Amino acid sequence: MNIYVCVKQVPDTETKIIPNADGTFIETGSIKWIMNPYDEFAVEQALLVQAANAGSTVTVLRVGSVKDTEALRTAMAMGADDAFLVEAADNLDSYSIAKALKGAISKSGKNPDLILTGKQAIDDDCLQVPQILATMLDIPSVSVVVEYSGSTTDIVVKREIEGGALEVYGVKLPAMIACNKGINTPRYASLPGIMKAKKKPLVVLSLAEVSVVESDRRVKYSHFQLPPEKPSGKKFDATDSAKMGGVVKEVVGLLRTEAKVI
Amino acid sequence: MAKILVFTELHGTHVKGVTLEILGKLSGHTVEIATIGKFPTEAATELAKFGAAKIHSLAGANLDKYSPEGYSNALHGFISKGAYDYVFAGATSLGKDLLPRLATKFDAGMASEVTNFTMEGDKFFGTRPLFAGKCFAKVELSGPKPHFVTVRPNALGLNPNPTSGAAAASDSTVDAGAMKAIIQEILKGASEKLDLTEANIIVSGGRAMKEAANFKILDELANVIGATVGASRAAVDSGFAPHAMQVGQTGKTVAPTLYIACGISGAIQHLAGMRTSKVIVAINTDPDAPIFTKADYGIVGDLFQIVPLLTQEFKNLLGK
Ligand SMILES: Cc1cc2nc3c(=O)[nH]c(=O)nc-3n(C[C@H](O)[C@H](O)[C@H](O)COP(=O)(O)OP(=O)(O)OC[C@H]3O[C@@H](n4cnc5c(N)ncnc54)[C@H](O)[C@@H]3O)c2cc1C
Repeated sequence: MNIYVCVKQVPDTETKIIPNADGTFIETGSIKWIMNPYDEFAVEQALLVQAANAGSTVTVLRVGSVKDTEALRTAMAMGADDAFLVEAADNLDSYSIAKALKGAISKSGKNPDLILTGKQAIDDDCLQVPQILATMLDIPSVSVVVEYSGSTTDIVVKREIEGGALEVYGVKLPAMIACNKGINTPRYASLPGIMKAKKKPLVVLSLAEVSVVESDRRVKYSHFQLPPEKPSGKKFDATDSAKMGGVVKEVVGLLRTEAKVI
Repeated sequence: MAKILVFTELHGTHVKGVTLEILGKLSGHTVEIATIGKFPTEAATELAKFGAAKIHSLAGANLDKYSPEGYSNALHGFISKGAYDYVFAGATSLGKDLLPRLATKFDAGMASEVTNFTMEGDKFFGTRPLFAGKCFAKVELSGPKPHFVTVRPNALGLNPNPTSGAAAASDSTVDAGAMKAIIQEILKGASEKLDLTEANIIVSGGRAMKEAANFKILDELANVIGATVGASRAAVDSGFAPHAMQVGQTGKTVAPTLYIACGISGAIQHLAGMRTSKVIVAINTDPDAPIFTKADYGIVGDLFQIVPLLTQEFKNLLGK
C-alpha cells in the first residue's frame, strides 16, 4: 500500500505566544517547534498498517517553513520511509495547505491508498485540512477516528462524536483518515531510528512547484493580540471545617447575585 | 444586506442552542435555516422568534443518519440553488466535520469556530482564538461565495431582543449521491448529557479525584445544577475518566457559562481548553495552585468536603 501521512509542525504547548509588531502573526523567532500531537497518532497508525501489509511504503508530507524539519525527521525516526516538505510561510490557510499537500502527493508519483493525519492541528485548531484534502481528491474520509481495522481495500473505523458516542463506518480505500487520541499509542523514536532518519530522502518543493498561488488564500488573519487579562477573582479559605459551610454558602450566593450564572 | 443560510441539527424537538445564538447575532439580515430532517413545530416557533425568514426541511434517501459524503452532497445541491453569501453552522462534531467539505465543493473559504463576529454591510469579520487561546485574531474570508463559518457554542450568548421573523416553512428533496464511507451503526457513549462542547455548566475533576468511583460526587453536583462532567488529562491518563471527558489542548475546548474545577492544578494545557469560560470556580487544597489566577471564585480546601457542601447548597437554592 502507498500510505501517506500529513504532519504539521506547531509551537510546543508550553511556548509563550507573542503577537508580532504589526499583528499579522506571532513572533516565531524563539519558538520551540514540535510535531502536532495528533499527527503522532497518524504516523503510528501508518506504521501499524505498513507492518500488517508487506511491501507498503510510508511517506510523510509537511507544508511549512523550512528552518526546522523536526516533525519530518521525527516521523522518519519513528519509521517512515521518505518525506516531502513544501516550503511555505507558517501562517498559510487550510485551503492552501490542502492544495499544497495534494500537489506534493501528485509530485511523489504514486497513487495514495491511505492518507492519515491528526484530527486537528493545535496551533490554529481549524479541523479543516483532512476534509478539504479528501474533497479535493474526491476520496471518502472520516475524521476524529479512535479505532481502525481492515484490509488493503476496505477498512472499518470508529469516529468519536458528542458524549463519547461512536459512529462506525465501513470505508472503501483509497481514503483519508484523521486520527484522534485513543487510536493507538505512538512509539518513541529509537536512537538507531534517529540515526537512520538522517539518511532518508527528504524532498523540498516550493509552493510554485505544487501550483499554489497567493490567490488560493481563502482566510486572512490580522490583529493578533493577547487575550484581555481577567481581573483577579475572589479567593476564600475553606481549610478550616468551621468556616467551610459559610464559604460555600457565600460562593453559591455570589454565583447567583454577582455572577448571575445560576 | 447579506443572504445567509444557517445549517442546524435537530436535538429532539429543538434546534441546537448555538443556532439560536447565531440567528440572534444576525438580527436584521435575511436569514434562512435548513436542516436535514423535518422541523418540529416547537423548533419552528423558536426559530421564528429569533428572526428566521424561511425554514427548509430537507429529505432524501440515505440521509437518516449523518454521513460525510451524503450530507455534503445533499447540501451542496441545495445551497447551489440559493445564491447565499454565507453559510453558518455551530462548531459541533457534525458542523466541524461537514462545513470544510461543503466549502471545498464551492472552492470557498471557511472560518472555523469563531467566538464572535460582526457583519459590516455584507462583509463578515470574525474573531477567533488561536494557539490554544493564548492569542486572538481577526479573520476575514475571500474567494468564491458562499463563505462558510462555524461558531463556537455558548460564545455569542442569546440575543435578548431578537427581531422576530416569519419562518415560512418549505420542504425540499435532496440527493445524498454516491458514498464510499458508509455508516453502519452508532454506538452509544457513556454520557447521555449535553456534550462538553455545548454544555452551559461543567464540573471537572483532576488527579485529586484519586479514583474513578469518586467522580460520583461530581455527578451528584452536576445533576443538581444541570452540568456535564469533565476531567483533566491527569484524571484521564490515570483511568478515572474516558478521553471523551478530557478538557484541554489535547481534549475538548469548552466555553461554558460556569466551569467548576475540582482538584485541578491549572496547567497551561488544561487552561487552553477552558480559559474562555465566562465564570470559573476552582476548588484546590493548594492556595498557590495556578488555577486560582484564572478563577473568579477560588475556594482553598479539600474537594471531598467542599463538593458535597456545594451540592447541598445548590439544592437549597434551587429548591430541589
Ligand atoms: C502535549 C501535552 C498536551 C496536554 N493536554 C492536556 C489536556 O488536554 N488537558 C489537560 O488537562 N492536561 C493536558 N496536559 C497535561 C497537563 O500538563 C497537566 O499535567 C494536567 O492538566 C494535570 O492535571 P491535574 O490538574 O488534574 O493534575 P495535577 O497537576 O497533579 O493537579 C492536581 C491538583 O489537585 C490538588 N489537590 C490534591 N488533593 C486535593 C483535594 N483533596 N482537594 C482539592 N484539591 C486537591 C493539588 O493541589 C493539585 O493542584 C497536556 C500535556 C502535554 C505535554
